[in-house]
Amino acid sequence: MAGKPKLHYTKGRGKMESIRWLLAAAGVEFEEEFIETKEDLEKLRNDGVLLFQQVPMVEMDGMKMVQTRAILSYIAAKYNLYGKDLKERAWIDMYVEGTTDLMGMIMYLPFQPADTKEKNLALIIERATTRYFPVYEKALKDHGQDYLVGNKLSWADVHLLEAILMVEECKPDVLSAFPLLQAFKGRISNIPTIKKFLQPGSQRKPPIDEKFVAVVRKIFNI
Amino acid sequence: MAGKPKLHYTKGRGKMESIRWLLAAAGVEFEEEFIETKEDLEKLRNDGVLLFQQVPMVEMDGMKMVQTRAILSYIAAKYNLYGKDLKERAWIDMYVEGTTDLMGMIMYLPFQPADTKEKNLALIIERATTRYFPVYEKALKDHGQNYLVGNKLSWADVHLLEAILMVEECKPDVLSAFPLLQAFKGRISNIPTIKKFLQPGSQRKPPTDEKFVAVVRKIFNI
Repeated sequence: MAGKPKLHYTKGRGKMESIRWLLAAAGVEFEEEFIETKEDLEKLRNDGVLLFQQVPMVEMDGMKMVQTRAILSYIAAKYNLYGKDLKERAWIDMYVEGTTDLMGMIMYLPFQPADTKEKNLALIIERATTRYFPVYEKALKDHGQDYLVGNKLSWADVHLLEAILMVEECKPDVLSAFPLLQAFKGRISNIPTIKKFLQPGSQRKPPIDEKFVAVVRKIFNI
Repeated sequence: MAGKPKLHYTKGRGKMESIRWLLAAAGVEFEEEFIETKEDLEKLRNDGVLLFQQVPMVEMDGMKMVQTRAILSYIAAKYNLYGKDLKERAWIDMYVEGTTDLMGMIMYLPFQPADTKEKNLALIIERATTRYFPVYEKALKDHGQNYLVGNKLSWADVHLLEAILMVEECKPDVLSAFPLLQAFKGRISNIPTIKKFLQPGSQRKPPTDEKFVAVVRKIFNI
């Protein structure tokens, strides 16, 4: 019998956080092995378990999976969070790529030069409120359903909630002009598996602080 | 009856080139509408046909698809280039993400500051020969088959050929230590649809030159 998926990454959010969210939403228990030093990462590389010498890596179903999108797509398909046909999958992919771009901006923010932070933060808020959130607000408005695609919970919904909460950490009232997204946030947050993940003590990771930025820089030599 | 897919992008490779490759490999004829000025891009945005105000955009099967990966996944699945099951799809995704990262480095090279070009080019060759090509060489060696996944042509093979040719444009003898990739290159290049795409007069785009870099900078304001 297969064991639980095992996640290899740092103790921070980074590129693994969306994977934690999706597994949690799907009700899948998982283990984590944390990379805390440069040597930990070197060991994984020397053991030959990282296909492209990079993390995230997730041991799952007999595979050592790498590449965030490949891992997420696999989990989504396996746990029926990827729509019912090719077209629904296409819409989920489009929506997820949008939230990936938005969350990517936030992920890199702490690593930007200090004198660019204010400008980059402003750009994140601008993009969130003029490029991304309007798309999801309109999608919900147009079909009037509870979920983004196919009237059923999918990866796109989980990813959007993750993105909303991340942007709110930058600007708490960022959803003020988006009533449907506010309702969406409440609804999806209340799904039992997700509600559990949002509670203290879960495997959800906190936002990155300056101290951890230094740790990450050392581990990945950046 | 549905018309041909219609691609909206500049006349250059950029993020659309992998889509051109995949459609061509699948034997799908497509039309292209080129963005030549800033005004052309503004018009698409004002017409409301770009979900996130970005290109690539591909009109296909009644959708205005955006986000490169979403478009490529859809084409791969529709034309049976995505493996036979979830695990094969996972491997194809992993391999494609690797070649995407490699080709991404090359795509951005002409847009880097001139004084970093030499260093970045060296990094591309290093990554190609120590991180990426060894993985695909080993995959072919381990199973001894003609294609990367499932003993059948897939998106992963098309994408790898595209990447190989792109790196060879940077360093013509880059495959010298990879005999199986050399054979792979010959084999996949000879597939009739791909052979046709590699001939002059096809919709394949040339490498970006300095003049075109200036055009792209103007169109996208970068």
